[in-house]
Amino acid sequence: MAPTPKIAIEDVWKAFGDKTVLAGVSLSVAPGRSLVIIGGSGTGKSVTLKCILGIERADRGSIRIDGTELERIDRRAFLRHFGMLFQGGALFDSLPVWHNVAFRLRHGRQPMSRRDARDLAIEKLRRVGLGPETADLYPAELSGGMQKRVGLARAIATDPEVIFFDEPTSGLDPIMAGVINELIRELVTEMGATAITITHDMTTVHSVADEVAMLHGGVIRWQGPVAGMEASGDPYLDQFIHGRAEGPIAAVR
Amino acid sequence: MNPLAIVPLFLASIGRSTLGLLGVIGRLAIFTAETLSHVLRPPFYPVELGHQLLRIGYFSLPVVGMTTLFTGAALALQIYAGGARFSAETVVPSIVAIGIVRELGPVLGGLMVAGRVSSSIAAELGTMRVTEQIDALTTLSTNPFKYLIVPRVVAATLALPVLVAIGDIIGVLGGYLVGIGRLGFDPGAYIKNTLDFLEPADVTSGLVKAAVFGFLLALMGCYHGYNSGRGARGVGQATTNAVVSASILILAANYLLTEAFF
Repeated sequence: MAPTPKIAIEDVWKAFGDKTVLAGVSLSVAPGRSLVIIGGSGTGKSVTLKCILGIERADRGSIRIDGTELERIDRRAFLRHFGMLFQGGALFDSLPVWHNVAFRLRHGRQPMSRRDARDLAIEKLRRVGLGPETADLYPAELSGGMQKRVGLARAIATDPEVIFFDEPTSGLDPIMAGVINELIRELVTEMGATAITITHDMTTVHSVADEVAMLHGGVIRWQGPVAGMEASGDPYLDQFIHGRAEGPIAAVR
Repeated sequence: MNPLAIVPLFLASIGRSTLGLLGVIGRLAIFTAETLSHVLRPPFYPVELGHQLLRIGYFSLPVVGMTTLFTGAALALQIYAGGARFSAETVVPSIVAIGIVRELGPVLGGLMVAGRVSSSIAAELGTMRVTEQIDALTTLSTNPFKYLIVPRVVAATLALPVLVAIGDIIGVLGGYLVGIGRLGFDPGAYIKNTLDFLEPADVTSGLVKAAVFGFLLALMGCYHGYNSGRGARGVGQATTNAVVSASILILAANYLLTEAFF
């Protein structure tokens, strides 16, 4: 019998005004697996993540965490074991790097002492390849790649069970993108976390995915193991992964 | 085009505007209720509150001080000129004090702080919204209302009465300096005249007004910033809306409170 999915979405709909973004999205990810959602810009990948997090409320459909409906779970408890790397980093620019990384530890139910939180932040920064000298800098003083690493350090600060990565390599040069992809793969494997990544970047897909789901037209066109993408036979997926201008997906949307 | 055909279009536009206005009032009421519901419920963020008290209160002191100083000085000249028409120049000290403490101190102080603080709060929260920092707070198990909104609203509500109290003293001092230096009043008589005619209710009504204005200006900054549109244009619009709505609400609340204290 298959294990209960860590996250399962079934027939989720979401519209903004008269624009329907999700039109019956269904997908699932098993515990400890890494799912990558691909799809063009504006196809609702970020909205899907926000619906899972409860930042956006789905108009209808079912979202279950460990088999329990989203409305019935203790959201604070879920978020305590959750980490997210945002597309632009979303670092708090009024706080130094170490405080960004240790934010949850300093503001949780039992706040960690300043010294312990700082030490832990420096350890997490080291884990993502940043030295202790970055700890007291402010986000505005960092390059884009360093900001992504700090965001990554923040996402893993509490060794979460579930991690979301929103366009982890966007805006980075290919070498830095490769470094971030490797880090994500290492961290997810090391922590045994369940990961959902959304990206356009096929290098990221091949680096971090166990499974791939393609979102287009408000629905999941295809979901399967990363090795099965080439032979999927789905014309949408085929056009997307090979970056062809010709095909069922209109170049101008 | 038949002129009668314009009537339904005109009525439709009135209907749309009315519905839009009711929608804004409803959203603002829900935002206010949610803010108030978090004020007394833990967790609290005293460090954030301290930062905001410093930023909203202490750093607004020069603006409020300069505003009331020059207003008090100009008021003394105006009242002297007006009073001279019916030989009532001696009322300058008492009218300056009452005018500053009851009306001009809280209103001008509130408007100046609205310009400085509402815009700054809206721009800051708007940028945080656009760069997903508010979403990030949620994913870090931190309620944005408790961490961002409540400290700003509470700090402004507490800081404004203190700012206005100091502004009142500086405003009266402005009138005193002009009265002594320019209008030839005796210093001792000026102070005595000021204190004799000023009642405790004058001061407390002004301070109550200031607290209400502080609440309103911070609430407007937070509401527009928190609900900011996308991009630089969205943040710019939020900033403008925050200052305009805070200023209008301050003036409207001033009238209602003045009626109440009349």
